[in-house]
Amino acid sequence: MSEILVHMEGITKKFPGVMALNGCRFELRKGEVHALMGENGAGKSTMMKILTGVYQKDEGSITYKGRTVEINHPKAAQDAGISMIHQELNLAPDLTVAQNIYIGREPRRKLGLFLDEKALNRQVEALFERMGLVMDPSALVADLTVARQQMVEIAKALSYNADVLVMDEPTAALSEAEIEDLFRIIRQLRAEGVGIVYISHRMDEIKRITDRITVMRDGQYIATVPTAEVSTQDIISMMVGRQIYDTSKPEGVSRDRETVLEVQGVSRGRVLSDVSFTLKKGEILGVAGLVGAGRTELARVIFGADRPDAGEIRVHGQPVRMKGPHDAVRHGIGYLSEDRKRFGCIVDLDVKSNVAIASYRRFLKPAGWMDTGRIRQEAERIVDRLRVKTPHVDQEVKFLSGGNQQKVVIGKWLTRDCDILIFDEPTRGIDVGAKSEIYKLLNELAAQGKSIIMISSELPEILRMSHRIIVMCEGRITGELGHEEATQENIMQLATAAM
Amino acid sequence: MNLQLKSGALQQVLALASLVVLLVTFSISSGNFFQFSNLIGILLSTAVIGVLALGSTFVIITGGIDLSVGTVMTLSAVMTGVFITFWGLPVPVGILGGILTGALCGLLSGTAVAKMKIPPFIATLAMMMIAKGLALIISGAKPIYFTEAESFANISQGSVLGSLIPGFDIPNAVLIFFIAAILGFLILSKTIIGRYNVALGSNEEATRLSGVNVGYWKIVIYTLTGAFTGLAGVMMASRLNSANPALGAGYELEAIAAVVLGGTSLSGGKGTIMGTVIGALIMSVLTNGLRILSVPQEWQTVVVGFVIILAVYADMLRRRKA
Ligand SMILES: Nc1ncnc2c1ncn2[C@@H]1O[C@H](COP(=O)(O)OP(=O)(O)OP(=O)(O)O)[C@@H](O)[C@H]1O
Ligand SMILES: [Mg+2]
Repeated sequence: MSEILVHMEGITKKFPGVMALNGCRFELRKGEVHALMGENGAGKSTMMKILTGVYQKDEGSITYKGRTVEINHPKAAQDAGISMIHQELNLAPDLTVAQNIYIGREPRRKLGLFLDEKALNRQVEALFERMGLVMDPSALVADLTVARQQMVEIAKALSYNADVLVMDEPTAALSEAEIEDLFRIIRQLRAEGVGIVYISHRMDEIKRITDRITVMRDGQYIATVPTAEVSTQDIISMMVGRQIYDTSKPEGVSRDRETVLEVQGVSRGRVLSDVSFTLKKGEILGVAGLVGAGRTELARVIFGADRPDAGEIRVHGQPVRMKGPHDAVRHGIGYLSEDRKRFGCIVDLDVKSNVAIASYRRFLKPAGWMDTGRIRQEAERIVDRLRVKTPHVDQEVKFLSGGNQQKVVIGKWLTRDCDILIFDEPTRGIDVGAKSEIYKLLNELAAQGKSIIMISSELPEILRMSHRIIVMCEGRITGELGHEEATQENIMQLATAAM
Repeated sequence: MNLQLKSGALQQVLALASLVVLLVTFSISSGNFFQFSNLIGILLSTAVIGVLALGSTFVIITGGIDLSVGTVMTLSAVMTGVFITFWGLPVPVGILGGILTGALCGLLSGTAVAKMKIPPFIATLAMMMIAKGLALIISGAKPIYFTEAESFANISQGSVLGSLIPGFDIPNAVLIFFIAAILGFLILSKTIIGRYNVALGSNEEATRLSGVNVGYWKIVIYTLTGAFTGLAGVMMASRLNSANPALGAGYELEAIAAVVLGGTSLSGGKGTIMGTVIGALIMSVLTNGLRILSVPQEWQTVVVGFVIILAVYADMLRRRKA
């Protein structure tokens, strides 16, 4: 049995109104990949933020390399060799990739006055080479996709040559190919003796890459088990503490349903070319493809967030020209963005304002004042229905865990009551229990006659939920598959068809 | 619920505490300070800057800034003079005209910001110069007097409260300031204008993608700021019984200072009307108290500068802890 690197015992952390951790424990060995699992809000991120000095524990002790330590500051953790990739991206968008990676440790010229950009880029290139990553160190971070930004975060964490590396949902925004890259890097680090903490809600990844699993529930330690010895079902019941039922497949929709949305020959720059498809009432249309295939761009164009260069969009048979998202919403279209922090929720506002933000006109009293009572009621209903873990609806969203923030954004569109909903990676960062509840919800919405476009990088999700699937590659639709004929293989084939 | 109230309230309690400390200190240092007439004087001198600061609060919460409020206030005063003295329109119409002048300027700045995508600093800097020039041109660079319309002076100088409750001679200007504050509070916390204001100040893109027409609402908010500015202009004209085109420049900075003292963040998304009221009071208590202690005017300004740094620093410390 290899050496124990980190041992956390009796860790307790209170936030105003929330007991985030309650006597929790965790142990990490040298050269292992250790999964930390639990429902949204179980306290995984908080536990690791305590280890990396972002938060201070209220009680408990941390032993690192055999010595009891107090980690009071992220810098202290880094100096000790503990580094973390956070769930939320923390990059400066107006700096380059290289500048972001070495921020605070920039190589200087002789006198220490001037920055040595050349040396900087060289160092970063060496780092990328070690990672097997192809990226321009002098590209601006703002110009990268979320997935590429995530790779920059990973590179940054690696650049510290840490002994302990914490990854909080690192694959949430990555495509299959990039996940493979990441796993290769993880295996390499494990062989070098680095201890890796891996937080994820994706069971298949946990099974593939981790050696042991620690399960948490409501801020408490439940168990630590070797990954090879437990079934997925065991883990889930440890996490949830209750039985979750798997929802049925969608019921078929008959072909003669009325068409609610028609997209015809839509093009935009180099990201979308000549895209056409239709969406029927009560249908869940899956949009599959690799990251960068133009799926999000398509969603943004339909939602009026970006303008198409060519093509036509018809809603209920009427051609519409949208000046902005407010027009789309007026036509009954809602859009859940894949980038929750930037485009999804307004983290400084409370839960109830976020839930109501798309529908305030519904909550006005005759004289024009906001009806705060009804807003509160609606928010409480959403919190109940989606099981958002929050002490009350007046909590600012920034204090919720990542998965619970995602539920709030979904709640915003449920409140709005749209006819057409575009969900871009709706279950990103959401735990297994909540996932099946969201699937159930999507089925219910479809049964009520709402039409849903679901963009997802998780093929099992697409296969399970969609009545019909369109596959995109490099800005084009490369194929359409019915629910019965679709398989992982033929989707992947279409997703790489144009390459 | 309690939580959020607490964090919002704390910021005001802090500002309020500083105000109380100032009041106590000055009262102890000088017997002349805590006199009814001096306190009324302080309130009176807060009124115009206060209304200006109330208006500025809205734009600042969007994460923008309005540098034009000082000279737009002047232009509104001058236009009120034009309506009442030159054109002989009834006083209420003149007042309305003054307020609308401010609103119109706000509408233009807002359009430049929201539609032409000119950064607020630049757009309102331009508006500041335009308003300044127009005020001079229209008035012929001379003050316009309201000697014909006697009732006009009463708007600021009279006392409705005094006539209702004998001895309670609070000037109307002060009353208007408090009414404007209540109005501002209601707009910010009870209407969708206020809610969108905070939302787009904290995350404009997420707000836009929620289907909120942020361009439209920004224009509404700048117009609202303009209307408050216009009101300040009317109040100033009434108080001096003249519209002086040379006054007003520099007021925008004092208004911004009051807003910041009240705990509103210049990066947007955070701020309260109550905070601004307290901020404005701190500014005038400070100036008044220092004057009573015979601190020379130049030094008063220096002290106010330091106080702003201190107040904002204290607020940041508190936030870092939370
Ligand atoms: N700064 C904070 N202030 C108040 N409450 C907080 C804060 N940070 C976390 N919490 C609360 O602590 C609990 C644990 O949160 P944490 O982020 O650790 O969950 P998690 O297990 O990482 O969940 P997820 O899978 O959704 O990311 C949650 O209820 C959350 O709302
Ligand atoms: Mg988390």
